[in-house]
Amino acid sequence: MLVAQGLSKKFGDLTVLKAVSVEFRSGEVHALMGENGAGKSTLMKLLAGLYQPDTGTITWRGQPVYWRSPMEALAQGIAMIHQELMPIPDLTVAENILLGREPTNAWGWLDQKLLQAEAVAWLKVLDCHLDPQTRMRDLTVAQTQVVEIAKALGRRADVILMDEPTAALSDHECTALFKAIRQLCQRGVAVVYTTHKMDEVFQLADRITVLRDGEWVTTQPASDFTPASLISHMVGRDLATVFPALTPASPEVVLEVQALTREPYFRKVTFQLHRGEVLGLAGLMGAGRTELVSALYGLLPATSGTITLKGQPVVLRNPADALAHGVGMVTEDRKGLGIIPGLSVQQNLTLTALHRFTQAGFILGAQEKQVSQAEVTRFKIKARGLTQPIRELSGGNQQKVLLARMLLDAPEIVILDEPTRGIDIGAKSEIYALIGQLTAVGKAVLLVSSELPEVLALSHRILVLRQGDLVIELAASAATPEKVLSNAMPL
Amino acid sequence: MKFNRDFFHRFGIIFVLGILITALSVSTESFGTLSNLTNVARQVSINGILAVGVTFVLLTAGVDLSLGSVVALSGVVCATFAHPSQYPVLVPILLGIATGGLCGCFNGLLVTRGGVAPFIVTLGMMTVARGLALIFSDGKPVANMSPTLTNLAGDVAGIPIAVLCFALVALAASVFLKNFQLGRHIYAVGGNENAARVAGISVTRVKLFAYTLCGLLTGLAGVVLAARITTGQPNAGMAYELDAIAAVVIGGTSLAGGVGTILGTILGVLLIGVINNGLDLLMVSSYYQAVIKGLIIVGAVWLDRQQARS
Ligand SMILES: Nc1ncnc2c1ncn2[C@@H]1O[C@H](COP(=O)(O)OP(=O)(O)OP(=O)(O)O)[C@@H](O)[C@H]1O
Ligand SMILES: [Mg+2]
Repeated sequence: MLVAQGLSKKFGDLTVLKAVSVEFRSGEVHALMGENGAGKSTLMKLLAGLYQPDTGTITWRGQPVYWRSPMEALAQGIAMIHQELMPIPDLTVAENILLGREPTNAWGWLDQKLLQAEAVAWLKVLDCHLDPQTRMRDLTVAQTQVVEIAKALGRRADVILMDEPTAALSDHECTALFKAIRQLCQRGVAVVYTTHKMDEVFQLADRITVLRDGEWVTTQPASDFTPASLISHMVGRDLATVFPALTPASPEVVLEVQALTREPYFRKVTFQLHRGEVLGLAGLMGAGRTELVSALYGLLPATSGTITLKGQPVVLRNPADALAHGVGMVTEDRKGLGIIPGLSVQQNLTLTALHRFTQAGFILGAQEKQVSQAEVTRFKIKARGLTQPIRELSGGNQQKVLLARMLLDAPEIVILDEPTRGIDIGAKSEIYALIGQLTAVGKAVLLVSSELPEVLALSHRILVLRQGDLVIELAASAATPEKVLSNAMPL
Repeated sequence: MKFNRDFFHRFGIIFVLGILITALSVSTESFGTLSNLTNVARQVSINGILAVGVTFVLLTAGVDLSLGSVVALSGVVCATFAHPSQYPVLVPILLGIATGGLCGCFNGLLVTRGGVAPFIVTLGMMTVARGLALIFSDGKPVANMSPTLTNLAGDVAGIPIAVLCFALVALAASVFLKNFQLGRHIYAVGGNENAARVAGISVTRVKLFAYTLCGLLTGLAGVVLAARITTGQPNAGMAYELDAIAAVVIGGTSLAGGVGTILGTILGVLLIGVINNGLDLLMVSSYYQAVIKGLIIVGAVWLDRQQARS
């Protein structure tokens, strides 16, 4: 139905897509797989008219087409859900979902009732019960993602391109999304899908195309792949996800939280974090995990309760306070609370620890450059150079820059909120290893992740949050997916 | 290499500037003369100092509409303390600059601690400062300034002191933005304020600094103007903020913050200065001047953005 023939795309002198040909059929879920920076998003953006190919053609229903803008593609029935979410923060959920096709009467008068009703209907398809009147800026990343998906579904497109739609979702929402996708396929819609979650691909995809370094590697029915063979196609060598062996934590308490509360997000949360320990926080979307760790980073201060760092009670009013006390964090909201899009890779990387490379406020350029180069190499960050604006990097590589930024300031306590979101399988293993290294040198890690296997394998202890309450603490040895989930489910 | 890239980024502006200069050199006898070029430099120096100052504010995604009024207020304050043999000449100069700094600091406090939109805060300051200038001067020009001060409107080794001031300010600002931690923080805050806060930057401090610095430079511009016109004019500086902000935006600084350079601002200032001077030399009536100036500015920026996109 939609055919890409020999598509190439260059940015500057960097070729990110080399003569890629793929055919997408109606009623089929076609997964695009590849490492960070392989060109998956770029291919989708070409198909959706956001970028124009340098060479090659796109054929749509047998006709060669040339989209000059996403609007043209959309008008022809091709919609895209972007990896970097693009909500309009001051509009409501309903207004976002029906953006550009608001129900109006002949005079242009907006029919609010119909607007709300239709929005609710699409959210229901995703088993989501958000109030359609909520402003987008008040949503979490996961909720925003659900809204973006609902928006694309609502377009009734014939092809929906989904760029990592589940990156921010927990299992529950994923399940609802998969159900919706299957329904779409039955109606004959073609779904193009990318993800870095392996199990998803095999659950969902009919056919899989693998890209590596901008080149087409293979397209085969999903049933012809095994997880191992898929990975080796993606990476070009054999690779297994390896979780580092847990080094025993020391009994020394570095962080103690007493009855920490911020209504309506979390209440009376009490726990301790030890030197060399990974403490996992599990829970469903909206359980208050992000808000809790944000309080520990001074981003959303708690309204009552105490935080004690190494025996000293502290008040953390803002992230600068937290950093000064040796608490560092990488947030889940890469775009909103992470990158400074216009600054370069280097400038983003050194932003937090810049004071280490200054003398009386003057930046020691050579030193800054040298350290940045070393970090880029260490984290295997794929960029054209240190001066490339970070917004041009692929999502996973942006994430690595943010991790490097935080660690460069050498915090004692490391808070990671969804650290592997949008990160490819190779880089995931690297981050797991990194967490192992951090604890080995005596840092304490607070880990929030919606990927249960990750939390289970990496943590010494796991705290389960449910609707803002800390319901249970599980030792690693005692934790099973069933136990975590049954505690996380709202009663 | 780095310079080259900046240079070509601003290609549109440089192109238009080049054409204007060539055309004016050919079509008028006086444009290319040393005395006229010195004159252009002298004329742009006040707008230049203001533009450099407001570049800092625009980079943080703010705006300062009070420049013109604060120029007048600083000039009046300076002149009031500059009567012959009253105080050492440094006193009125510093008081003028401090007045500007105080206004800027006030703007900054209201924007950061008060959470009021910069447009509103500085719009308020625009009328308040103008009012204060009229109150302090009783609505009349403050004359009888000490010659030591008014002599500062003169030259050193053939170069107007005002031009030296502008050059020095621009150079320092450029080095500051490129090479100082606080300079980097200004770009970060303008680029993504929330992310900057998460990265451990005190957004309040950075913005307060930008507005205060802009105020100090506005005060300096007020003193330079008072010295040149040898009076403190409560009605001076009308709409100066528009030329200053226009120059900065022409130079490629984004009104949304986070992007821009002092080099760009200088080019913007020169473009506006050359247009003004050229139209005067060609004896274009002031009505037409306004139209032509507007068209050239929009055209140059349009060319520039076309270039940047490709
Ligand atoms: N606008 C741009 N300008 C310059 N380079 C770009 C631009 N967009 C993408 N690139 C580069 O193209 C390459 C492919 O990026 P793309 O976003 O398609 O990767 P991806 O496969 O989606 O990765 P991820 O899994 O991390 O999302 C990357 O190396 C990236 O740096
Ligand atoms: Mg991508």
